[in-house]
Amino acid sequence: MAMDMGEIEAMIREAIPDAEVSITDLRGDGDHYAAHVVSAAFEGKSRVQQHQMVYKALRGRMGDQLHALALQTNTP
Amino acid sequence: MTDTAVHAEIDKEVKDNEVLLFMKGTPVFPQCGFSAATVQILSYLGVKFKSVNVLENMDIRQGIKEYSDWPTIPQLYVKGEFVGGCDIIREMAENGELQQLMRDNEIAMGEQA
Repeated sequence: MAMDMGEIEAMIREAIPDAEVSITDLRGDGDHYAAHVVSAAFEGKSRVQQHQMVYKALRGRMGDQLHALALQTNTP
Repeated sequence: MTDTAVHAEIDKEVKDNEVLLFMKGTPVFPQCGFSAATVQILSYLGVKFKSVNVLENMDIRQGIKEYSDWPTIPQLYVKGEFVGGCDIIREMAENGELQQLMRDNEIAMGEQA
């Protein structure tokens, strides 16, 4: 089952309110996305921790409904 | 197997192998693009690693996600520490951090790295 781009963005924003989120549908199939997330909340955290924050925001969808989300996180 | 037994088994693997990759398929026949890409990066660096094919063991496949609190495969461990999945490995290889991590941990690399 695929996920809508808007839904992914909304879930990330809900958990990380200041996040700037840009999502690209890599294959146009609604199943392979790339997300770039920029947030001050990532400051002082390792890359693994930053990605874990985004995965937590997606509440179990990652690796399940959402097969592929290439993730890049940065601080502003 | 119980969750505790699975976690103990994973913990042992992670601690017994300097560079360990949990992946789908094998380095010769990866069964997922992300696993394939990660193998390619490690091979390019000339790093010797042990791999665990999670498709052969459902307990490990589920257990590793809980062990690392990370929802996807592949997962790379160096000297017992979780380094990241495909995106992080790729980013680190591009900016030289992965090579530095290997050097800091005294992991041998090939000439080209």
